[in-house]
Amino acid sequence: MPELNHYLQLLIDGLSVGSTYALIAIGYTMVYGIIGMINFAHGEVYMIGSYIAFIAIAGLAMLGIDSVALLTIAAFVASMIVTSAYGYSIERVAYRPLRGGNRLIPLISAIGMSIVLQNMVLLAQDSRGKSIPDPLPGKFDLVAGGAVSISYMQVFIFVITFVAMIGLTLFIARSRLGRACRATAEDLKMANLLGINTNNIIALTFVIGAALAAVAAVLISMRYGFINPNLGFLAGIKAFTAAVLGGIGSIPGAMLGGLVLGVAEAFGADVFGDQYKDVVAFTLLVLLLLFRPTGILGRPEVEKV
Amino acid sequence: MSRPILEASGLTMRFGGLLAVNGVNLTVNPKQVVSMIGPNGAGKTTVFNCLTGFYQPTSGSILLDGEPIHGLPGHKIARKGVVRTFQNVRLFKDMTVVENLLIAQHRHLNTNYLSGLFKTPAYRRSERQAMEFAAHWLERVNLLDLANRPAGTLAYGQQRRLEIARCMMTRPRLLMLDEPAAGLNPRETEDLKALISVLRDEHDVTVLLIEHDMKLVMSISDYIYVINQGTPLASGTPEQVRSNPDVIKAYLGEA
Repeated sequence: MPELNHYLQLLIDGLSVGSTYALIAIGYTMVYGIIGMINFAHGEVYMIGSYIAFIAIAGLAMLGIDSVALLTIAAFVASMIVTSAYGYSIERVAYRPLRGGNRLIPLISAIGMSIVLQNMVLLAQDSRGKSIPDPLPGKFDLVAGGAVSISYMQVFIFVITFVAMIGLTLFIARSRLGRACRATAEDLKMANLLGINTNNIIALTFVIGAALAAVAAVLISMRYGFINPNLGFLAGIKAFTAAVLGGIGSIPGAMLGGLVLGVAEAFGADVFGDQYKDVVAFTLLVLLLLFRPTGILGRPEVEKV
Repeated sequence: MSRPILEASGLTMRFGGLLAVNGVNLTVNPKQVVSMIGPNGAGKTTVFNCLTGFYQPTSGSILLDGEPIHGLPGHKIARKGVVRTFQNVRLFKDMTVVENLLIAQHRHLNTNYLSGLFKTPAYRRSERQAMEFAAHWLERVNLLDLANRPAGTLAYGQQRRLEIARCMMTRPRLLMLDEPAAGLNPRETEDLKALISVLRDEHDVTVLLIEHDMKLVMSISDYIYVINQGTPLASGTPEQVRSNPDVIKAYLGEA
């Protein structure tokens, strides 16, 4: 069954790319869910995440540490911590002072922030790009003869993404802070009046979004082995598409949207050729906005009186 | 005479050229039900918004227990024990009834990230206490068997009662109700009246009430302020207000 094997392979590749889109998309959707703003600097936060991973690995390697496990863990920890700090600071510096005004103003500020961050990395790391080694080279065959295979790195991506998603879902559904997040997303002013420090909750969503973007950044840069200061834009806009696809504001929606987008891209690239991968993704976005603007899991927005 | 819990003097709120509230003085003594009445558009809700930090008053001072609170953000005023409802019901409709009550206890609970992550004994204990407190009030407002329903699916009168129960979760000293009887049928209004009396008499809560239902206002209030077009018109006990010629004129027009 060569046909079926081929499609199975596409599905596996699509899901692995899609799960990383989903991780980034959560950052967009959570921020939108709470303050109704698209954080256009989120793609840049993701890009910074991959550079922090590179710096951590290169730094430790220079110190003579060559344990792959240790380097990988260090990349995750360093990237998540530093990127979270970026997420927090961006909100504090560029968005919080502008809150309460016209909704377009923080949006412009986000675009500005994105340009600043991208050029900052260009200055510090130059434009040539860096390579990151694959910690888990090799693959195993699902069908004898290698017709369908899954690389160890893809398995790693699935496992880490799955753990992160489950963790986030439990946090939102079960914990006190998660409860406060849901309340703030539903009615920020009321949550504030009931004594919840909504500024802290907003900052928390930026931190969570940035940390998940860092996880995606580490995974993707290890899988593709190459990073440059411009990769934030496309990754950001893909993840944004995933968030809209699933229904912006909905966390399960972002997860689903990421997977759907990844699979659609993989199959689209197969049909139309690899160079049309992005065209497929954005055509999907246009069609969705035309026929179901609330996304797959989104609910129609009721105008608040 | 004990010290007033809330004292607003010369409260003025101007929106551009519109003087919405002009020199309103309020004194609310502990464990009383004080009502604010006046025709539609008199500025009653604007006064509420100033008192709870929604608006920064243009001038005037607001003292809570003798401490100035004007200019503080909403959550800080809430943390001092002032809580309010709105004319329209503002529950967290997607969350369950009991979650609505747990949310309101947020500031009393330990929100340390790590203890939440590892569910320490202290975290479990405080979560259980929060649950018990919520159940206690759900029983009081007769909603205990609906605890796990999404709040948005409740009947209107039930949502109103849930809102008051949610306010009680913050252990308020001053409860501000903005037209709590609006849209209630006469029986529900009776229940509401009984509930407010219980809050004052058994829970030592001070209530500041905006209400158009005169029967409710007259029967429950210890003191009444009448506001007309943003300015104070009269104040006094229900009997004094009822017989005040200015009040009659404002409500019924010139005879």
